[in-house]
Amino acid sequence: MQQAATPTADAAPPSGLPLRRGQSSGALGDAIFAAACRGAGVFVLLLLGAIILELFLGGLQAFRAFGPGFVTSTEWDPVQEVFGAGVSIYGTLITAVLALVFAVPLAFGVAFYLTELAPAWLKRPVGTAVELLAAVPSIIYGMWGFFLIVPFMSQVVQPFVIDTLGELPLLGDLFAGPPFGTGIFTAALILAIMVLPFIAATMRDVFETVPPVYKESAYGLGCTQWEVVRNVVLPYTRVSVVGGIMLGLGRALGETMAVTFVIGNANRISASLFGPGNTIASLVALEFGESELGSLKLSALLGLGFILFVISFIVLAASRLLLRQRLKG
Amino acid sequence: MSATTLPPASGPAPAAASGPAKDLRVAAALGRRRRAIALAVKAACYGATGIGLALLFSILGTLFWNGFAALDLKVFTEMTRPPGSGGGLLNPIIGSLIQTGIGTAIGTPIGLLVGTYLAEYSKASPLANAVRFVSDILLSAPSILIGLFVYQVLVVPFGGFSGWAGTAALAVIVIPIVVRTTEDMLRLLPDTLREAVIGLGAPKWKMVTLVCWRAAASGIVTGVLLAVARVAGETAPLLFTSLGNLNWSLSLAAPMSSLPVTIFAYAGSPYQDWIALAWAGALIITLGVLGLNIAARSLLRRK
Repeated sequence: MQQAATPTADAAPPSGLPLRRGQSSGALGDAIFAAACRGAGVFVLLLLGAIILELFLGGLQAFRAFGPGFVTSTEWDPVQEVFGAGVSIYGTLITAVLALVFAVPLAFGVAFYLTELAPAWLKRPVGTAVELLAAVPSIIYGMWGFFLIVPFMSQVVQPFVIDTLGELPLLGDLFAGPPFGTGIFTAALILAIMVLPFIAATMRDVFETVPPVYKESAYGLGCTQWEVVRNVVLPYTRVSVVGGIMLGLGRALGETMAVTFVIGNANRISASLFGPGNTIASLVALEFGESELGSLKLSALLGLGFILFVISFIVLAASRLLLRQRLKG
Repeated sequence: MSATTLPPASGPAPAAASGPAKDLRVAAALGRRRRAIALAVKAACYGATGIGLALLFSILGTLFWNGFAALDLKVFTEMTRPPGSGGGLLNPIIGSLIQTGIGTAIGTPIGLLVGTYLAEYSKASPLANAVRFVSDILLSAPSILIGLFVYQVLVVPFGGFSGWAGTAALAVIVIPIVVRTTEDMLRLLPDTLREAVIGLGAPKWKMVTLVCWRAAASGIVTGVLLAVARVAGETAPLLFTSLGNLNWSLSLAAPMSSLPVTIFAYAGSPYQDWIALAWAGALIITLGVLGLNIAARSLLRRK
């Protein structure tokens, strides 16, 4: 690329020969540069393909050993060399969905505030604060959760909930058990805090794509702010809002460090939401160091990675399809 | 809710029969109801925003409180030591700087070329759409999987954990971030700019490198800064690649220490002095990451 740069037509006079020389070197430079750009694009394609392939090949030994039952089996016994993905898949899905249940209403509130309610001078600082929340590394959320939220949960929230809701006949099982502080519920809470800024920022961005004329017409008819958002903004942005929520779900599914600190790391499915559990990511992060090269356990962990990749791929692809229509126009 | 909406909705019919006075009363009641709902929702939204901000301040407050208590010069000048014998975080800090720096240096040119391809060479061809889609997936893909991938590709065949593997994992994370910002920023440039350059007889690659990249420079730099901020705090991909190293080592061929992995190990340990060091490290990382973010934002805004 640099070599081609020397004899170019920087100041080529419009006479025959130098111009032609300039053109040909320009053409060479063009060809090289275009090939480099296209090559880099193809490289990214291959990269994703390689990630899928490597994870699958890594997990092949476990897939062969346990068959399709690997996905549903809830056993995880390193001593007997029996591994199943059921518990961690359940933990991954339940924490991510629960996190969305907490995060979506909050994110909607923040987005509504930022687009309709906030005075102009507050919009940017608050918006920046929300975006900074998204930039905090996940390990910081993990530490914060471990040292602040876990004690708070075990000393204040969980004893209270176990004594009240836990006594109910049917619902009670969901909140029963000893107040460890760690567990599925706390992990979902931390995840919710982590994905909140992502969903809120996406919602704000799509809310702002609503043409002002629509909103002004509704206001002109005497609608309140809530009615404008409910009847004009939300119907207009429905698809993209779902896309934003899916994006948050994609983040929540694969989050590792924050969950690892607070999930409790137990390989069983407990009926109580306060019980300890596992997600795919936390299991891989915690158990990886104890698995030998070439062992069935390592293969099982890589297989888990492959399953996580498939799940996140589906969710992220759906999110992108839903979001593209609005944001990229 | 539907039970209470029904009477006002069916109100106007009898009201029309018995005069305008009732109609007004119904309208006033309905108005009060609507105002009350609007007020309730507004209050909830203020509450939600308040909670969001409170969380940010709680995280920062906890970090500052515990971090500054543990932060002193020794953190920056001394190596990691066994628990109970003091020590600092010098090797993790240097290791993080090296891996983040080289990872960004590898990932940025690739991302820049891909972004250029998407914006300048092929806006809507099947290949470009596929590349854009894949890049978006990589942008949000769980970073732990990238760590596992690099483990399979660079750690297993080469016989051990190494700084190079960690660097490669971070580079993979950098690429899609740079792709996204580069493409977005190049697309903002007016086509008249490109036409002017081509009209002067310059070849396309000169148009891109000397004019478009330069015009979009602040946006592209923003993307790179955001990428640095993102990978500087990444822990999961480094667990399986550069692993961490309690000794002083600048060799990229050996396991390399890094701040996030050290924080992870120290915070989970039962030793008070290690936990204090973990807080100090967490404070350093967060200040760095948030500082980079703010710098990137102000750079973009100044333009």
